[in-house]
Order: sequence, then structure tokens, then C-alpha cells
Amino acid sequence: MADQRKIKYTTVSIPISLYERIRKLIEGTGFTSVSQFVVYVLREVISEMEEEKIRSDSISEEEKKAIIERLKRLGYI
Amino acid sequence: MVSRPHGGKLIDRTVSSSRRERLLDEARELPRIILNSSLAADVMNIAHGVYSPLEGFMNKEDYEHVLEEMRLSNDLPWTIPIVLDVDKKEISDVKEGDDVALYYNNSPIALLRVEEIYKWDKKRYAFKVFRTIDPEHPGVFKTMKRKEMLVGGPIDLISEIPEPFEKFRLWPKETRILFELKGWKTIAAFQTRNVPHRGHEYVQKAALTFVDGLFINPLVGWKKPGDYKDEVIVEAYQALIKNYYPKDAVVFSVLRMEMRYAGPREAIFHAIVRKNFGATHFIVGRDHAGVGNYYGPYEAWEIFKEFPDLGITPLFVREAFYCKKCGGMVNEKICPHSEKYRIRMSGTKIREMIRRGERPPEYMMRPEVAEVVLRHPNPFV
Repeated sequence: MADQRKIKYTTVSIPISLYERIRKLIEGTGFTSVSQFVVYVLREVISEMEEEKIRSDSISEEEKKAIIERLKRLGYI
Repeated sequence: MVSRPHGGKLIDRTVSSSRRERLLDEARELPRIILNSSLAADVMNIAHGVYSPLEGFMNKEDYEHVLEEMRLSNDLPWTIPIVLDVDKKEISDVKEGDDVALYYNNSPIALLRVEEIYKWDKKRYAFKVFRTIDPEHPGVFKTMKRKEMLVGGPIDLISEIPEPFEKFRLWPKETRILFELKGWKTIAAFQTRNVPHRGHEYVQKAALTFVDGLFINPLVGWKKPGDYKDEVIVEAYQALIKNYYPKDAVVFSVLRMEMRYAGPREAIFHAIVRKNFGATHFIVGRDHAGVGNYYGPYEAWEIFKEFPDLGITPLFVREAFYCKKCGGMVNEKICPHSEKYRIRMSGTKIREMIRRGERPPEYMMRPEVAEVVLRHPNPFV
């Protein structure tokens, strides 16, 4: 099947010493490259930071009341 | 605390009652796209936040990202493209920027703002999503029969579709409030398309031991021939919950969404959907969403390693079996006995027994559940 890959990538710089530490660290793990490891770690860290930043959705009191009524009617509460 | 919605915000694309009448009138004047039942279910799910953060059918950028990277173009995990397929002639008068009406059962149910019209390669889609182009695979078979163009853009739901299991249908907004009212902070979601046997019960209860509540959320809608009919699944679970589960530890509701049988990719998709319902944990079974021998039995566990940012914790509960020597349901990790003492819970075997009108033994299926299934003249699709 022809490769129709259209995903964009960019380059970021990290110190060579850090690169080398990561390269050694991932030897024998499932990570096949330093880039793959860095993307994995960044995604994990970013998602945690985003979780903290996001404010919870606000449902109006009126809507909440209506939902609770429906849940009661259906026997869930 | 219940899970944050995927992407941080629970999507609501339903319109207020004050706008509804006007939009319904508008819809009748617009070009029409006719939906089948699976697409109509997708529209409902988008509008009610089940597929958050999606606000409509995918445009090409998201579609490509999902196929290639298993992520949306904003990098959020997403593994199954949600796409609207159309015939060229259906959209011959439609251009990007137009509004179209989405019709189901001869009525307009939603408006779609057309952002993009694009071609797709169905074979490539099948290869990426199902990892096979074998037409024997039910997902591939269904994909190859779809129409040749895709339309992407946000939708607005103007008319709810009646649900035969309305009594058992909850939307994410509702389950989130329900879980909070129950005081549940940790919720394990269980996805199913089956009538429960003792193996399912074991897995659910094993998970429930470690969380506050269990959310059983079977799929209703299109399934392959030989699977259980929706009404049989719903009735069977009612019998099981009534007789064998603590009253305040379980929430049961149905989700109208088609099975794709896409194995590992679908396991991630199922987890994301349950995260939107507020679940904090997701039970991943052996060969989750698999069919035939297309996927390895634990591939659906492996794929979770690729998503450290999923935002819902997978629970890998080992397959349960009955051990004659242990005298109960156990799994590989806790049973020291050899295979000769073990009775495996085979869904196929149970279905064969039911087809012959035989009652599965109690160590395979609870008698109340078997009773429900056998009562149906034909419990299978």
C-alpha cells in the first residue's frame, strides 16, 4: 500500500549530553529512537499540566435540576 | 472525581428549543444527505458529547492524523475516524461553506456546515483501522460498501431520534451528574456486545473490588450476524444485576454505536468514549473488540502503552475460567491447577448450546440470564 503519510513534524533542540543519556536509557526498552521517547514523555507531562489547567464544565443549575429529575424518573436515583 | 472530558470540554451540539423550530424550517429548504442508522447514531453521539472533543464529522486533516498517528491533528489520542460518506450525486449542488440537512427516517435531524469535501481510499482506511483488507472481516466488508466521498464539518442536532431503550439510555452529561450524586470518585467502565456469562461477571466484579462504581455500557446498534440481539443483551443484564450485584454499585445504560471489530484501535476508542461518560477506569478484556483471528488475544492491552496521555486508566483483567479444584471462577494468576481442571468460558460454545435450545450450566451462565436468552425464539442477529 502506497505511503500517504502527510503528518507534519518539526525539530526541537536538546543538549547532546541529554540526548546521549536518553539514548543509553532506552537501550533494550520498547523505544526505538530518542525522538520516540521524547514525544512519549512530553505527551505525558503536557496532558497532566493541561488537566490541571482545564476548568470543569459548568452546567446551569436549571439543567442540572432537569437531569436529576430524569434520573429519578428512570429509577437511577 | 469523574474523568475530565477528552480534550477538556464536554461537547454539546444540541440546539435550544427556541432555535429548533426555526432550524427545522431551514433544514427543509437545504440540500439533503440521507443517513443510515449507524451514521444517525454518530450524529447523536457527537451532539451529546460522547465523541468529545469532536464537534462534527472529521475533516481531512483529522482523518489523516487519525489514520496515520492514531491522534487528532491537535495531538489528542483518537483511533477511529468518525466520517460521513456520501455519493457524488448526493452533494452535486453542495460546496464547501454550505449548510446541508442530515436526514434520517425521512426527517431532518441535524444541520451540517460543510467545511470540506474529500475523497477517501477505503482500502487504505481498512488496512490502517482493521490492519487487513480481507473482505471476510466484518468491518472491512462494511467499509468497502460505503460511499466514495467524505464530508467534514460541525453539526447541530435539531431533532432527537427516538431510542427503543430510552429507559436505559444516558448521555455523558447525565452519567457525570449521576456518578457525582452517588459519591463515586472512581468508576470502572465495561464495554460489551454480549450477553453476560460468568467470565464477564468475574471480570466486572474483580474491577469493582477496587473502584467505587461499575458502569456497564453495552453497545446497541449494528452488529455482525451471530451476535446477540440488543433486547436480549439488555434483558440479560437486567436479570444479572437484579440478582447478583449490589444495588448501589452499578449503573447500567446503553450506548447506540456500531461495533467496528477493529480490535486494539477500537479498544482505545471505547476507552475515550467512556472517559467522556465520566469513567476513570476502563476494563480491557481479552481480544477486546476483536473478531476471528485478526488480532492477538492481548494486543488490545499492548496498544495502551502508546497512549500515556489517554486520561483514563485501563484495567487489564485476566480472562476468567471455572476451576473444578478451586471450586469457583479464577484466573491464570491465582489458580495453580492444570488445564484438565479448568473450564473455559467460550462465548462461541455458549451460543452453540443456546442454538440447540440447551441451558448452559450454572458455572458458565447464571440461570436467570440463561432463562432470558432461552425465552427468545431467536436471540441472535
